[in-house]
Order: sequence, then structure tokens, then C-alpha cells
Amino acid sequence: MYKYDTYDQAMVDARVEEFRDQVRRRIDGHLSEDQFKPLRLMNGLYLQLHAYMLRVAVPYGTLSGAQMHALGDIADKYDRGYGHFTTRQNIQYNWIKLDEAPNILADLAKVEMHAIQTSGNCIRNTSSDQYAGAAADEVTDPRPYAELIRQWSTFHPEFCYLPRKFKIAVIASETDRAAMRLHDIGVQIVRGEGGELGAAFYVGGGMGRTPMIGPLIKAFVPLDQFITYAEACLRVYNRHGRRDNKYKARIKILVHELGKEEYTRQVEAEFAHLLSQNIEPPTAELERIKAQFADPAFETGLSEELDRSDPDFALWVDNNCVTHKASGYIAVTISLKPIGGIPGDASADQMRLMAALAAQYSFDELRVTHAQNIVLAHVRKDQLYALWQALDEAGLGTANLDLVGDIIACPGLDYCSLANARSIPVAQKIGQRLAAKEQQIGELKLKISGCINACGHHHAGHIGILGVDRKGTENYQLLLGGCEGADTSLGQITGPGFDEDGIVDAVEKATEVYLSTREGNERFLDTYRRIGMAPFKEALYG
Amino acid sequence: MAEVQFRFRDDEMVGDPGVTVGAFGEQSNAAAVRLEPGDEARDLLPHLSRLRLIEINFPVYGDGRGYTAARVLREAGYTGELRAVGDVLVDQLAFMRRCGFDAFAPEVPLDPADAQAALDRYPEVYQPAADGRVAIWAKRHADVQGG
Repeated sequence: MYKYDTYDQAMVDARVEEFRDQVRRRIDGHLSEDQFKPLRLMNGLYLQLHAYMLRVAVPYGTLSGAQMHALGDIADKYDRGYGHFTTRQNIQYNWIKLDEAPNILADLAKVEMHAIQTSGNCIRNTSSDQYAGAAADEVTDPRPYAELIRQWSTFHPEFCYLPRKFKIAVIASETDRAAMRLHDIGVQIVRGEGGELGAAFYVGGGMGRTPMIGPLIKAFVPLDQFITYAEACLRVYNRHGRRDNKYKARIKILVHELGKEEYTRQVEAEFAHLLSQNIEPPTAELERIKAQFADPAFETGLSEELDRSDPDFALWVDNNCVTHKASGYIAVTISLKPIGGIPGDASADQMRLMAALAAQYSFDELRVTHAQNIVLAHVRKDQLYALWQALDEAGLGTANLDLVGDIIACPGLDYCSLANARSIPVAQKIGQRLAAKEQQIGELKLKISGCINACGHHHAGHIGILGVDRKGTENYQLLLGGCEGADTSLGQITGPGFDEDGIVDAVEKATEVYLSTREGNERFLDTYRRIGMAPFKEALYG
Repeated sequence: MAEVQFRFRDDEMVGDPGVTVGAFGEQSNAAAVRLEPGDEARDLLPHLSRLRLIEINFPVYGDGRGYTAARVLREAGYTGELRAVGDVLVDQLAFMRRCGFDAFAPEVPLDPADAQAALDRYPEVYQPAADGRVAIWAKRHADVQGG
């Protein structure tokens, strides 16, 4: 994985001192809260309902054992002994004191981490495929391109006061595991007709109040023009994105209002101009970064066999492990969704254990997934049972990847100052209610957001739940048929919302409709797409 | 009109305040113009040779259109004074310098020590902009590609 050189380290060290100075000026009264707000946000520090929340960047979701260990230590030292992994492949701490925040950044900098641009109207942490470097279907590892974007976007002087936040995802396989088309810019690294690599740009996707699937605006950008093209996309947005209404300020609205053709035309004009400005990094820089993402030293001649005699282990393998490109290896997802638990939460001890297990079993590397789980990407099959035993003992062996218990949920009204309703208790109740049936139900992605901002990706859930405020009480809308990935679709609302217990009943009813009408190997989503909304409505409201 | 508090050029200051873009079109001898966030900087490109001062107004610091306007003007070869006016704050100065501003007239004067610290903060930059600083990625490969 990527290692900082002295340049990278100097930048994060300078950031720590800058933020220390900004906090000092805030506490002195030189900065008003209004002036301080965008500065702390650009360091990922939010003022939530009960305390400050710090969001730490995990670039493209990849981190080393030492970094995961440090995240555990920070949870103990500055928080209440746990952290929350997010849909942005980051980690958040929920109980932070303002005057300690600079020290946390200093602790992070020691392990080549930071909280730069994890919030604010700037280019956020770039997300990617959690199986990068392990997936058999990728044309290349997408992370070097994401790292190039990280560096280009860090303290970009023109794009730190955009109309709104800006999220980029980079993938390199046809199967989209990063919800790429639901980002402001989605990049897919593809092969051109001559076999050379290039970048396809999808611009103007997003969730939130007005969900949109990003259209393809350029099928092939040569890699030696990659950053220049991104700069052109951003410049048109910074100049023309709406600033009169924060709910219409994301680039998806600009692309929608201008139309894909006109937006593309403007980008192409800007791109033609910027090509003369020599802003592209040299090819050698991409090669330098790529060398750091070279495959680890996979052993050869390993057995492909697994001893499946322990049924609990066999179930976990079937649910949580996927094929690896190297024979004898497998990619493992550690579920942070124990039945009745808080989706995405991990204790400090669990983080340190995962760090140690990564060092022992997976080339000292972990990934955070946008579904709020942790991946060990390169595990030897002949060591898988030992790994599972260690995980299971620590409460990390839940066998529910992509099942109904593997719920994505935002922090909701338990923490978030924007939320209209709680997400966590709903997730916990649904998980408990359906635990006994989840294997029978099979793949069912359930996603819960506590407000219209859609941090819980409810639009993209096979079943989505949106918490709203209805005359002062929490109310939950049910959506069906959303999906991320190559066949991205947006969920449709079933009808009137439900109260907290009612939404749990409603989800169970929806699964009953599915179980009674599914054909063959259909997943919930397939059945929904075949039979449509009507039978579900009938069961829910009839 | 706010005083120019910081100026990073040696030529004589233009005394007249900038006229609006609308008035500029009619007043063919004006040497100073003032851009608002919604104005199109590229409308000025045919007239750059006679302009000595372009003020770019930031009515609120969060409206970042002025950064693009500044860079567009520098990329087009404008060498006159580029002055940021309005809601100009300490923590935006370094970004503004990078985008080509070389004078600042903040509505509320800034603490000079804080401003200097902010301008000196970052030893390196990750990307080229309008200030001529060499990006980290170019320094890493100085033998392959200069500047």
C-alpha cells in the first residue's frame, strides 16, 4: 500500500500545526464560530448533538495494521472506547473535545493519517472497491488512481469553496462494488481498443434529496490527461454550480439542469484550454504510486481445499468470503453487524485485534467497505479456519455479508444534528426480528437513513428506510427496489410511512411477500423487479 | 472602500476603484474593473492589455467562484494587480495567493502575524496553480520533467 515520503509527511504535519493554530484562535475569540466552522469542517470536525464528532480519512478505504491499531488507541484515549466505520469508508469518533482535536490529528499524522477534507464544500476522501488488488475481475488495481486524486485534491486552492461537497469514486472492474455512479464523479478505469488503460468519467450522480444516477460523459480519457480532465469537470462546476440553494448545489443538479450534452461541451472546452496549462502529473508519478500497490508476495502451490467440517465456519465462508485472483487465497469480510448491534461500530479492542490479524493473515492490510464492514483481502485458505476462530471469539464472526442483518445505517438522531429520526434502534430491531430467517432470505441489502441527506444510502437499498419528522414524531418511509452496482436503480417509496415498530413489521411483511413468490434462485431484488410494487403494497396496506 | 492591507507587487497602485463589468464595457479607457461572483471573467480577456487592476469581490468567504476567476485571468496572461476584496479572511489567503491574487483588501483588517503564518504554512504544494510554485509530483521527478 501507499507509503508517505517526506513530502507527504510534511503536508500532514503542517496541517496539524495549522489546525492547532486555528483552534487556538477560536478559543481566543479571534475566530467567530461562523468563521471557524468551515475550517474545522475541512478537518472533519463536526459539532453534533452531544459533542464534537471527528471523521478521519481512510483514503480509498485501505489501511495498514499499524494504522488500524492507532485508530483503536485513539478510541480509548480520546473517545469512549469505540469508533464508527462509515459509508464513506472512513471512521468517525463521536465524543471528541475541541481542545483535544489537534492532539488526535498529531497522533494520526504519526501513522500517516489525517482528517483533511473529510467534510466541507471541497473534494472529499476518494472511495474505491474494497476488493481492489484481490478481485479476479479488475483490469488493474484502482487505488493508484485514487491516490493520485487524493494528492491532486488535497488543499486544491481553486476547489476548497465549492458550491457543495464533492465525492469521487474510482473502480476498475465491470462489477461496481463502490456505488460509483452515485458519486459526484465516478471513474471507471477501462481498457481502450488497443488494450491501453484509460478512465471513463461518470459525472453528476448522487443520493441525498434528489437521487440521480451519474451519466457517462466521457468514455475514455487517456491516463496522461486524467487529472486535467478532472480539473475541467470541477472548474465548470465551481463556476456554474448553483449557490442560491444548498439543496440544489450538488453537481448532479447542474448536470441535470444544463443537460448532459451542454455540461460535457463546457467541460471539453475547459479541458482543451487546461491541456495547455501543464497541470498533469508526469507519468512517472503514476508509476511511482503504482509500484507501491504491487501485489504482495503471494505463495504459490497452495491448496485450494477448505475443511468445511465445522458448520458454523462453513456458513461464514459461504456468506463472507469471495474468490481471490491468486489460487490458494480468499478475500474475507469481517462483519461489523452482529445481531442487534450498532452497524459499523467497533470497539478499541476489536480494532486492535483486527490490526493484529491483518498482520498475521493478510499482508498487514485492511479495507473499510462502504457497507461499514472490514475486509482482509488476501487470506490463505489453509489459514482461514484459524482466522475465523480468532474473529468469532471476539464477536467478529457474524456470517451475514449482504444478508438482511448486514444493515447500512447512518448515526441518525442518536448523534447527528441533521437527523430527523433515529436509525440505529431501527437497525437493531430489524436485525433481531429477522435473524432467524436471514439465511433463508438470502441476499437482501437493507439501508437506513435518518434524514433526507441519505448518508445511509437508503435510495440504493433493495429495501430502503428513510426516517422523517412527521409533526414532531419519528416516521419511517419504506422504499423497495434500489440497487447500486452495474445495474444501479433507485428505490421507490411504497406509500405512507410507519412508526418505529410499524417499520419493523413492514420490512418483515416485505420479506414474506418475497419468500412466498420467489422463483428459483431469485434474490429479493430480482423478485421485486419481476412482480413489481403492487403485491408488496397489498401486503403492507391492503 | 477597504484599504489594501497586503500587496505583493512593486508597481504603483491604481488610484481609481474598479468599475463594474457593465460600466467597463462602455468606459473604454478604464484601467480598473471589479468582478462580482456571477460575472464571467472570460469577458475581460479581450481587454487584458489595458487593465492594471482587477478586483474580485468575495461578498461571503464561502462563495468560491472568485478563485476560478482569478486563475482563469492569470492563465490568460494577465499580469496586472489581482486584488481580493470583501469577506477576505486569514485562512483563505494562501489559497488566494495560489490562484494568482497579489493584493488583499479585507473588509475587516486581519491580524498581520496570523496572516503571515497562514501564508507561510505549507512548505510544499500538491498541484500547480497560478503562483508558479512547483508541485510535489514534479519535484519527485525533477530528473524526468522539469517544473
